[in-house]
Amino acid sequence: MHKFKKKTKSDPSIPTSALPDIIFMLLFFFMVTTVLRETTINVEQHIPKATELRKLQRKSLVSYLYVGKPTLNMQAQFGKEPRIQANDVFIAVEEIVGWVLQEKDKLDEVERDQITIALKVNNETKMGLISDIQLELREANARKLLYTTIQDMDL
Amino acid sequence: MAKKKRANPEINSSSMADIAFLLLIFFLVTTTIANDRGILMQLPPKPDDIEDVEIKLKEHNLFKVYVNSADRLLVEGEPLQDIKEIRDMVKEHVLNNGRNEKMSDSPKDAVVSFKTDRGTSYEMYIGVLNELQGAYYEMYGERVGMSAAEWRTLTNELDDPENKKLYDKGRGKGADGKVTFPMNISIAEPSKIGGN
Repeated sequence: MHKFKKKTKSDPSIPTSALPDIIFMLLFFFMVTTVLRETTINVEQHIPKATELRKLQRKSLVSYLYVGKPTLNMQAQFGKEPRIQANDVFIAVEEIVGWVLQEKDKLDEVERDQITIALKVNNETKMGLISDIQLELREANARKLLYTTIQDMDL
Repeated sequence: MAKKKRANPEINSSSMADIAFLLLIFFLVTTTIANDRGILMQLPPKPDDIEDVEIKLKEHNLFKVYVNSADRLLVEGEPLQDIKEIRDMVKEHVLNNGRNEKMSDSPKDAVVSFKTDRGTSYEMYIGVLNELQGAYYEMYGERVGMSAAEWRTLTNELDDPENKKLYDKGRGKGADGKVTFPMNISIAEPSKIGGN
């Protein structure tokens, strides 16, 4: 019996000194892999999946267009038809040329022709709108296009 | 005196985890994982920049894919259920080299024409475009002894002269600067049947 008594004397608490280290590791992982959200997206975004993805070279050359149905709290004001969102506002198809010129002005003069437009489009959007956007982008001479998609895992 | 010496000299760090958790949750909430991957495409130049040249395309060089407003596929005049089948059909068409009269004369002449309707869903469009580009990436990869995935990563690292050499070889770029194996995917203006 004497042998057992000795054991009960040991500290019953779990050592938690390594816990902060683990949490910090997680913290750093998230800090490195994420970017701060710049805009509030006011359109529905269910991005389609694809397998043949390519990465963008230079993030500074990319401008984003979000296309989809306005989110629930925006529907009273903007209706249920798919809309185009650039930066923080909804724009009409005809305004795309002006928007592209604005975005080009933000870049260095030598890089203006390399501007890439990333389209983040909701699954259910109809091609009519996408085609109109593409025509406007051709008009604005921003011809490099990226359809943002998610990697499809099941092959 | 003896009692004081026995006291644990360690600093109480149990709340450290809480502080770190708070920071962690803050970052989790305020950030999004950067998603800068997708299907790259180059749009053709402005319509009025192109000279009105009568381009003579032989019918058999064209590989036609059409998707209607109900997301149904029509490939080379035949309805098709599974979009994954397009990939092999494109490869057969492009690599035909004149063997079959109904297919392309050479990879250089082959054109894949992709037409949608204004009512086609974006998801379907991306699905088909994915297969069309995938077919080309596979063919390029095969030409330089790589997989399609390796080819795609290679195209992102063209600053490396080794990669550039492989890239030019895959696309058949000769000394005259002409590409003999171009990715001729033409996106036609959508039809207006299911339009909005």
